[in-house]
Amino acid sequence: MDLATFFIQLLNALQYGLLLFLIASGLTLVFGIMGVINLAHGAFTMVGAYLAWSLAELTGSFWAALALGIPLTVLLGAAVEWLFVRRLYARDHLHQVLLTFGLILILEESRSLLFGDDVHAVAVPALLSGSLPLTDTLSYPVYRLALSGACLALALAMAWVIRATRVGMMVRAGASNREMAEALGIPIKWVQLGVFSTGIALAGLAGMMAAPVSSVYPGMGNQVLILCFVVVVIGGIGSVKGAFVAALLIGLVDTFGKVVTLEVAGVKLLPQLAGMSVYLLMAAVLLWRPEGLFGRRP
Amino acid sequence: MTRLQWAAVAAGLALLAAMPWFADKFAVQFASKVLIFALFASSLNLLVGQAGLVSLGHAGFFGVAGYVLALASPEYDAAPLWSTLAMAVGVAALLALAIGALVVRTRGVYFLMATLAFGQMLFHLFHDGDFAGGSDGLQIFARPAGTLFGVALFDLEQYRHFHWVVLAACALVLVFLARLRASPFGRVLDGIRVNEHRMRALGFATVRYKLVAFVLAGALAGLAGYLSACQFGVVNPESLGWHQSGAVLLMVILGGMGSLTGPALGAAVWWGMELFFQGFTRHWQLPMGAVIVAVALFLPDGLAGLWRRVRPPRAVAAEASVREGAA
Repeated sequence: MDLATFFIQLLNALQYGLLLFLIASGLTLVFGIMGVINLAHGAFTMVGAYLAWSLAELTGSFWAALALGIPLTVLLGAAVEWLFVRRLYARDHLHQVLLTFGLILILEESRSLLFGDDVHAVAVPALLSGSLPLTDTLSYPVYRLALSGACLALALAMAWVIRATRVGMMVRAGASNREMAEALGIPIKWVQLGVFSTGIALAGLAGMMAAPVSSVYPGMGNQVLILCFVVVVIGGIGSVKGAFVAALLIGLVDTFGKVVTLEVAGVKLLPQLAGMSVYLLMAAVLLWRPEGLFGRRP
Repeated sequence: MTRLQWAAVAAGLALLAAMPWFADKFAVQFASKVLIFALFASSLNLLVGQAGLVSLGHAGFFGVAGYVLALASPEYDAAPLWSTLAMAVGVAALLALAIGALVVRTRGVYFLMATLAFGQMLFHLFHDGDFAGGSDGLQIFARPAGTLFGVALFDLEQYRHFHWVVLAACALVLVFLARLRASPFGRVLDGIRVNEHRMRALGFATVRYKLVAFVLAGALAGLAGYLSACQFGVVNPESLGWHQSGAVLLMVILGGMGSLTGPALGAAVWWGMELFFQGFTRHWQLPMGAVIVAVALFLPDGLAGLWRRVRPPRAVAAEASVREGAA
């Protein structure tokens, strides 16, 4: 692998990792603060991607689709919290698994009813459609760079909100001790509503932004869901910083696992078994630090 | 279980055994499928309902056993039943031992995630590897031959025989699990679910107990996976993916994980719902999802909990006091 290819793969890995972080951060916050396992989290990414496609078709502009799609996903997240998830905070994780698995089925079928089962491509917005020359023969699409930049900006904004604002303080208080925070007068119900719908909106936004890169297809949420769980576990449940590090780590492992060749004793391991590498990483981390890289020790 | 419940189970088994004489082929095959998944769900319930270990990778053992049969079968000929069955269950148990040794040290949600990770690892091994048909999986052209000492006991190619064999396996496993629940081993698992710290303080090597439960559950899932591969004649990576693990976990939760028969009930309801809703809409997952959501919201003890609700409150109170006395 020459340097230019390596550089391109590195950019791909970063872009993939940052996008994964955007989705996983919502999952880890919801889990850390509300203690809710949301299996339907990936399905909301799919909803976002289909919204981006249909709204872009409707309005003719990717930007208009984003502007309309974001409030829609926030509303959807708030409605789901209000109607269903709120009733299960105090219950066993198993009931949350049951509920959110049911939600996956409902969301997938609603998508099928509303948008059909076809695979769609979303056009890259004209503003970002060029590509940046790296060498004489290789270039890199501007949209992917912008995508990485947007994800990074959102990550920084999230870090700022959580660390330096009053709202962030409430969120952190809720994460470390729900009852105590409530006793101190923090409106924990509103914090939960806000965190859940923000998490869903982040997942939806990631789906919208990824739509021009990855195309839009049924079942796309499932794949991303499992990877997000891996990110959350490696990073430590509830830790946004951990999710950031873990997502980049997975981006690197997954991307380079697919382009590096590795053969041990005549058995081809990479790239043939690249799909396993991410899970091997997770198993190793779990055995070494069961609470994740940045998790609190139980 | 009370005497009434045993009577109900016995009546149900008798009805299922008589099914090939009054029901058509489709119904019998459907019942066989439900029984196989009842067995599968019951094996998971040993972990979830009894030891409190929520696994999201249980399909790994189910799928691998099926693959063992497919790989051990001669191409267009029937494989010997007993040796391949022993091999399939043995491989599933060994795999459960290897994975279990690593995962039973983790707890709660981390156990769920760790089992998920190993399940997905197996999925990708079979999906991306080229030794077992890759993403297409493998076909089994002839069902195993059930001969013992040269005598043909039954012919699995006939759906009636297959149904009886599955029913017998299911009944044996249910009896085994009932005995296990009442045994000291089962009591220790109950104790671990309720309070692992206390069990350890009492001197029980809880990790070892959990590992044995994990291996037993894996072996029984292997039995179910072997039978499933027999019935459908095909194994593919989806049979060991997380969706399958999630589905069987849902069967356990739907039916009610506290009881012995809950998971079997859950399996019947799961496939029954699918059949029912598929009957009148292509979008059958929508009503099915709605039912699942409703159960999660309104029936915290699953469908088996409904029975407890409709019973007169005195009986429930009496049972509760007995349970407290035992605890």
